[in-house]
Amino acid sequence: MERRKFLKNLLPASAIFPSLLNGFTVKAYGAGFFEALTGAADNDHVLVLIQLSGGNDGLNTLVPISNYGDYNNVRTNIAIPQDKILRLDNYEKAGLHPSMTGMQKLYNEEKLGVLTSVGYPSPNQSHFRSTDIWLTGADENQYLNTGWTGRFLANTYSNYPIGYPNAEMPDPLAIQIGSVLSPVFMGPGGFTAMAVPTDTDFYNLINGIADPAPDSPMGTELTYLRAIARQTNKYADAIINAAKKVTNQSTYPANNYLAAQLKTVARLIGGGLKTRVYMVSMGGFDTHGGQVQAGNTIAGNHAGLLKQLSDAITAFQTDLAGLGASKRVMGMTFSEFGRRIKSNGSAGTDHGAAQPVFVFGDYIKQGVLGNPPDLSSQIGVEDSLPMQYDFRSVYSSILRDWFCVDPNDITTMLFKNYQYLPFIQGTACKVINPDVLGFNLITNYPNPFDQSTTITFKTNGGHTLIQIFDTAGRLIAVPIDKNYDGPGEYTITFYAGQLAGGVYYGRLQNGSTQQVRTMLKIRSGH
Amino acid sequence: MEKIVSTSLENSRVKKSFFDGNGLNEYTGSWDTTDVVHLLKRTMFGATIDNVNYFKSLTMSQAVDELLTPTPAPTSLPLNNYSSDGYTDPTGVAAWDTWINTGIDYPDDEMNQKRVNSMQCWWTGQLVNQQRSIHEKMTIFWHNHFGVDAGQHLADIPAKLWFDHYHTLRANALGNLKQLVKAITLNPAMLIYLNGNTNKKTAPNENYGRELQELYTIGKGSGSHYTEDDVRSAAIVLTGHAVDTNFAYYFDAGGHEDKNKSFSNFYGGTMITGRSGAAGANELDDLITMLFATTECAKFICRKIYSFFVYYKIDDSIENTIITPLAQVFRDSGYDIPTVLSVLFKSEHFYNLAYSSACIIKSPLDFVLGLTREFEVKLPDSTDMPSSYTAWGMLNQHSATLQQQILGIEQVAGWFPYYEGPVYHELWINSVTYSERNAYTDVMITVGDMMSMITMIIDPLAFAAKLPNPSDPTLLIEDSLNILYRVPLSDDSKLYLKQTILLTGQTTDYYWTQAWNDYIANPSDMVAKETVLTRLQSLYKYLMNLPEYHLS
Repeated sequence: MERRKFLKNLLPASAIFPSLLNGFTVKAYGAGFFEALTGAADNDHVLVLIQLSGGNDGLNTLVPISNYGDYNNVRTNIAIPQDKILRLDNYEKAGLHPSMTGMQKLYNEEKLGVLTSVGYPSPNQSHFRSTDIWLTGADENQYLNTGWTGRFLANTYSNYPIGYPNAEMPDPLAIQIGSVLSPVFMGPGGFTAMAVPTDTDFYNLINGIADPAPDSPMGTELTYLRAIARQTNKYADAIINAAKKVTNQSTYPANNYLAAQLKTVARLIGGGLKTRVYMVSMGGFDTHGGQVQAGNTIAGNHAGLLKQLSDAITAFQTDLAGLGASKRVMGMTFSEFGRRIKSNGSAGTDHGAAQPVFVFGDYIKQGVLGNPPDLSSQIGVEDSLPMQYDFRSVYSSILRDWFCVDPNDITTMLFKNYQYLPFIQGTACKVINPDVLGFNLITNYPNPFDQSTTITFKTNGGHTLIQIFDTAGRLIAVPIDKNYDGPGEYTITFYAGQLAGGVYYGRLQNGSTQQVRTMLKIRSGH
Repeated sequence: MEKIVSTSLENSRVKKSFFDGNGLNEYTGSWDTTDVVHLLKRTMFGATIDNVNYFKSLTMSQAVDELLTPTPAPTSLPLNNYSSDGYTDPTGVAAWDTWINTGIDYPDDEMNQKRVNSMQCWWTGQLVNQQRSIHEKMTIFWHNHFGVDAGQHLADIPAKLWFDHYHTLRANALGNLKQLVKAITLNPAMLIYLNGNTNKKTAPNENYGRELQELYTIGKGSGSHYTEDDVRSAAIVLTGHAVDTNFAYYFDAGGHEDKNKSFSNFYGGTMITGRSGAAGANELDDLITMLFATTECAKFICRKIYSFFVYYKIDDSIENTIITPLAQVFRDSGYDIPTVLSVLFKSEHFYNLAYSSACIIKSPLDFVLGLTREFEVKLPDSTDMPSSYTAWGMLNQHSATLQQQILGIEQVAGWFPYYEGPVYHELWINSVTYSERNAYTDVMITVGDMMSMITMIIDPLAFAAKLPNPSDPTLLIEDSLNILYRVPLSDDSKLYLKQTILLTGQTTDYYWTQAWNDYIANPSDMVAKETVLTRLQSLYKYLMNLPEYHLS
């Protein structure tokens, strides 16, 4: 949707606000709330996706401390010694792999957050299938031919590529560093991204690999074709001009392929490209054997990979700050899956399920969401970490709190409502969470509850939705999904006798407004 | 068509000769897939896996001989594909009946336009269904040589005459060039097209007499020195050859100038003796004998053959080492077309791949039909005429959009990339047509090209399954490139394609092997199928988007 136009047409003056909101006073909501309506096309936020191909071993990345003994038991041959784990400020339960000193520093500077055990129900252990699931945002048994980022961009920049580039979006919507576009950028009408090589002179901007043209008739014709191909790349000049503007970047680690990619990203962002999403990647995480060095578990392949990752992200963050662009950027790491809890006999780990996801940037909240996984029960060689958060909840929360997307549109992009995870500061979209204002749109009583609880909610009228999620983001119930003629306050009773004890989320959605209520059931169902 | 060639590009063009001196001696080297594909892509529309396998089983010499063997002319006739949307044929031809020899050939422009379109579809059908022979491509070569545009003459050349014109070209395409030139000279469509029909002794029309020399036999090369008087004399020789009211050829003896015709020193001061009555028609034979007696005639035709099938750049070394001896072979054979093609396609020069390979920019027909044939895009059942004409019409239209339309050659000199120097077939490509080519391959590998319930789409699973080792990602890429590409890719690039696309960032080949085997074991399993399908689509889309794909 063209959010900016929508606003200009429908909200030309603040005088309209009270009637639009049907009785809720502007003062009560505060000005910040309305700024949240400005939408995805109107801010200049950038997301950098860092794909770790192969399946990253999360248990040796975010290493448990609170249950270190259990951790050491299940993977003695590769366990990181407890005294080598890098500590995180204000968090005792887990720490980072010893080679991740840079990311430890970022965390302690309040620029890094971690989500423990991110995955999806019925995990698939095929690299290909699980990669497709992460890139498209599909369920395990669902096939999607568009990527989640592609849907976000296509929805935000309607009709793309027709009419693009234009004054409001003169640059590529997304950029893939490399030569082949990731399926994450496939939108309903085709790719929303262009590929840019990690190339300091940016000469070969023809969207593809380019072997040297030989001195021959073939080379002559190939050179001609490439020149024409470059003419057809309507974004080539914009990218080259942006790259030219940045002549001074801070130091990146040498011999670090990810760092080289991120340096290019920083250069383009610093040069003023309005591009919204970048994708970079590094491989080698498929550590079935030799993950650690025999007798020295803090060295080896995985240590090297994590050091590259950590050093590259740290250098990138420093460079962005130097370029004055760090407030525009957040990054996210992901892999297609984590690895098994138990190590194998080859000093490695086999394909697993959930994994930690790192998010970084000036607006990221310091913190670790979720708890270290329970490793105390009988662990078999086939066992993987269970998910605590659905990966689409991460996407959904980024869309909401970073790209400032209207919640209804998020549902369009991700096909469902996913749990909201607060890892980005509310000020990123200038959202003032109604909760913070003491403005409860959805409450329940009693809370905690046993057999049932009464949910009280306010609606402005129009479509109103209440969903109940469990902590895995599974949709448990939809008590309300209807249209109200006008504003009002209503109550319903939610019967929970069959549900297991634990935390549930009651999510109210009414137009552009949404709020999540945390509800605690105290006894198990029968 | 826009011609965009940046000045800087022209300035940077390498002017030196890459020629290594390999000449017309018969090639005796290896006969590998790459040599076979090179030969097939040049002589047919694309190289299919089946054809490559077949010709690889022969020797090089046998392969060339078979390719140069004429195939039978099509027996099918173009059909009324135009009685739709309320339109009916005013002469009463029913839908899906033929309009050839049904009585009145020309009621009005509208019907003629529709029949020309039917003829274009039908001809496209002959090309896309070509046999294992150069015959269809050679017919297109001569079509370009004798360039005509049916659209410019809707009011005076009925479509039936273009059908006959096609058969004239095809019947002589692998025959004798002197006979071909004579047949085209007397072809009713050509007589009307270049005004031979109104070339009378009282008012000679020089049009055909000029093009006969300038475009069809002598050319304007450095060895061409015919004069304006020669143009007039040839025109006068040709007076009287005409078309009657039933659009049939006849010789109008009364319109023929029977005086003697003299020619310049370029033609050795030849005097063609004037004849009256029916014998006047025979002066044409003398004219053709005279034209073909020049050394320049054979050289001119050999240059056109060379630039069409090998490379457009003819410098002094190519002229001396290839063109001159090839022209001598042509003359010695009495202008037997297969003889000259055989020497060229069996030569060391042709198989010197470092020079001769991957330097022709695919023409639109080569691009569209080659893609269709190489990927074996499923065409409608051959007995389903409505669907077949729709499909052929789509192919014809795409080629036309890319600036090459059968029976739509705007200049008598041919499609301009075949005659306009210095960059020749580079003119097929500009920023508009390049984007259109990419858009076409993108459509064909994703949703398919759709019209009137017909979908033509690349099935990458079927293509890969036909390769020898689709479960091995390295060999899958290697074998795919052997068919689709003439430009060799570096090992680094192949590895990159494998890891980035087929392995999705993994480094172990086994993951592709497992995915492919899962699909073969359970072809109906949606996830197994999509896993390999999306990666193959991505691979072939990528390969077709690169500039390399447009070189043949």
